[in-house]
Amino acid sequence: MRCGVQSCRAGLAALAIAVSAGVAAADPVKVGLVATLSGPSAVLGQHMRDGFLLAVKEMGGTLGGQPAEVVVVDDELKPDVAVQKVKGLIERDKVDFVAGVVFSNVMGAVVKPVTGAETFLISGNAGPSTIAGAGCSPFFFSASYQNDQNHEVLGQYAQAKGYKKVVLMAPNYQAGKDALAGFKRYYKGEVADEIYTQLGQLDFSAELAKVAAAKPDAFFTFMPGGMGVNLVKQYRQAGLAETVPFLSAFTVDETTLPATGEAALGFYSGAAWAPDLDVPANKAFVAAFEKEYGYIPALYAAQGYDAAKLIASAVKATGGKLTDKDAVRAALKKADFASVRGNFKFNTNQFPIQDFYLVKVGKRPDGKVETMIAEKVFAEDGDAYADKCPMK
Amino acid sequence: MSTTLVLVQVLNGLQLGILLFLVAAGLTLVFGVMDVINLAHGVQYMLGAYLMVTASAVTGSFWLGLPLALAAALVLGLVLEWLVIRPLYGRDHLEQVLATFGVILFVNEGVKLVWGAGPRAIPMPEALSGSIRLMDGLNYPVYRLALVAAGLAVAGLLYVLVTRTRAGMLVRAGASNAPMVSALGVDIGALFAKVFAFGAMLAAFAGAMAGPILSVEPGMGDGLLILAFVVIVIGGIGSIRGAFVAALLVGLIDTLGRSFLTDLLKLVLSASAATQAGPALASMTVYLLMAGILIFRPRGLFPAPA
Repeated sequence: MRCGVQSCRAGLAALAIAVSAGVAAADPVKVGLVATLSGPSAVLGQHMRDGFLLAVKEMGGTLGGQPAEVVVVDDELKPDVAVQKVKGLIERDKVDFVAGVVFSNVMGAVVKPVTGAETFLISGNAGPSTIAGAGCSPFFFSASYQNDQNHEVLGQYAQAKGYKKVVLMAPNYQAGKDALAGFKRYYKGEVADEIYTQLGQLDFSAELAKVAAAKPDAFFTFMPGGMGVNLVKQYRQAGLAETVPFLSAFTVDETTLPATGEAALGFYSGAAWAPDLDVPANKAFVAAFEKEYGYIPALYAAQGYDAAKLIASAVKATGGKLTDKDAVRAALKKADFASVRGNFKFNTNQFPIQDFYLVKVGKRPDGKVETMIAEKVFAEDGDAYADKCPMK
Repeated sequence: MSTTLVLVQVLNGLQLGILLFLVAAGLTLVFGVMDVINLAHGVQYMLGAYLMVTASAVTGSFWLGLPLALAAALVLGLVLEWLVIRPLYGRDHLEQVLATFGVILFVNEGVKLVWGAGPRAIPMPEALSGSIRLMDGLNYPVYRLALVAAGLAVAGLLYVLVTRTRAGMLVRAGASNAPMVSALGVDIGALFAKVFAFGAMLAAFAGAMAGPILSVEPGMGDGLLILAFVVIVIGGIGSIRGAFVAALLVGLIDTLGRSFLTDLLKLVLSASAATQAGPALASMTVYLLMAGILIFRPRGLFPAPA
């Protein structure tokens, strides 16, 4: 069959309408799930999507007792593409919730179109400071964290540990600068060097030589995705792992550990969750996830799972009457679900108040490598921007 | 800033340059000989790494995996030439760019289907997994030295191949006047196919060798492709010798810029301004170098004879 892009799309749209019309009789809950599913960072979106869909599957294809229809879209890590697709979700698919979004720049672009249309946006990962602070919205809920918090965990840990001198390193873009600022909010010792690298840099040998020359007590970095894999391997190969503790955020987790393997053993990260977190809901989640997908979930998967459970709790509490926005919002705000993170409630800015941990890469009895809880660093921690949010 | 640190950084720069040369050599060969702009060269580098992931896992050995991966890359290169490149000979460069860009999108998604979206790793060969202590607190992996040696070996091999063999003579002749070579009874189509597949194999070799120190992931060749183009433009399109010199130059300038520019700027600017400007400037040095060289040598350092 040959067809142009436009006519093909029309055909697919007609098919989608036909399918949804068949289910519409039961008045389904429609959720648009936005995730980065192509490009080098696709693995993050894959974790989040799988976590979300696992929750829906476990609830028998429903959300809060109503049949669920999840429309998964790929934002391609391009803000303009994301806006276009989100508008399609709202105007064409008429979704009740938009969930997901891995990256903050994508979130920055879609938050206005979604909340402006009075549709609830449940973040499965991104938590930029703008939305946590003055730009907060009654239609925005975060099922994840505020971006700075994970970095603050390491800053607090380095301070408590009494490290006198550290070297910091991050890619030269906004999130990288925010990361180092978050670390320094709690760390008060000497920063011997702040190294900014190119985004997407492959080889860190020049930077690692500088780290070795500075002889710090610890090294903190934010190096997401493949950059982190390269850095971890090269850090180990340079022999620095034995002498300078490796503190990081969003650098060693279950999305990168399959590639770094044992090179990352003993490396630290900060997170609100780890696969071995001792909460009954989490034990069940991790076991079910590994059985379903055959890989260990990362925090993105846990957050996607919680986002689905959060939506389900609100649908249940309102009896499926999703047109009453105030009632839905009040129900969401209660966070009446068993989070895989244990402690979980919403702050005034509708970001979570939760515990944060230092996690350390370790080996499980079956030989696989994962992050493991080392110690609790912050208990019931709200973010630094909630005060700036006018909502009460 | 000690002398040792400077020497270590020079070594790092050379090593990055060698890696760039491995990627750029095939690119300049294809461009110079066939007059085809092959944007897909970066994904051929990536494919080499992914093939090596599988080959080393299946055989359980780096050394057995490497020839297997290279052979597979050679075959894939021939297939790509037959499918996509062959209809584009003599066509506009823009059409070649469009078609090979399409190949990038296709292959990047393709590897995700086959190998998954997450980063993968190639285990380092046991014999080369040691390291040498270069300075206090810093080890230099023996594997990186092996990478430098492999790059130099490839450079030597290419030199002999291009200047001393019959195949090399045909390649050089094809580069300067393809219709004439064809008129003399040489099957130029077959020659082009071989050159293209060889270029693909060189890229795959770079990918397979880089695998143990870099992460193997979709899109890993895209950034490197841009640097490889910078290298062949600086070196003079079609010149292996130019690519070699330019790759080392780019590797050194990039590494030294990243290492010392911020510290140098701190001598003239305030610390915070230097921290702002240093990394930005460091990421530009390579392109400034290219612009500077093109002003004085518009056809690169070693232009191919017209």
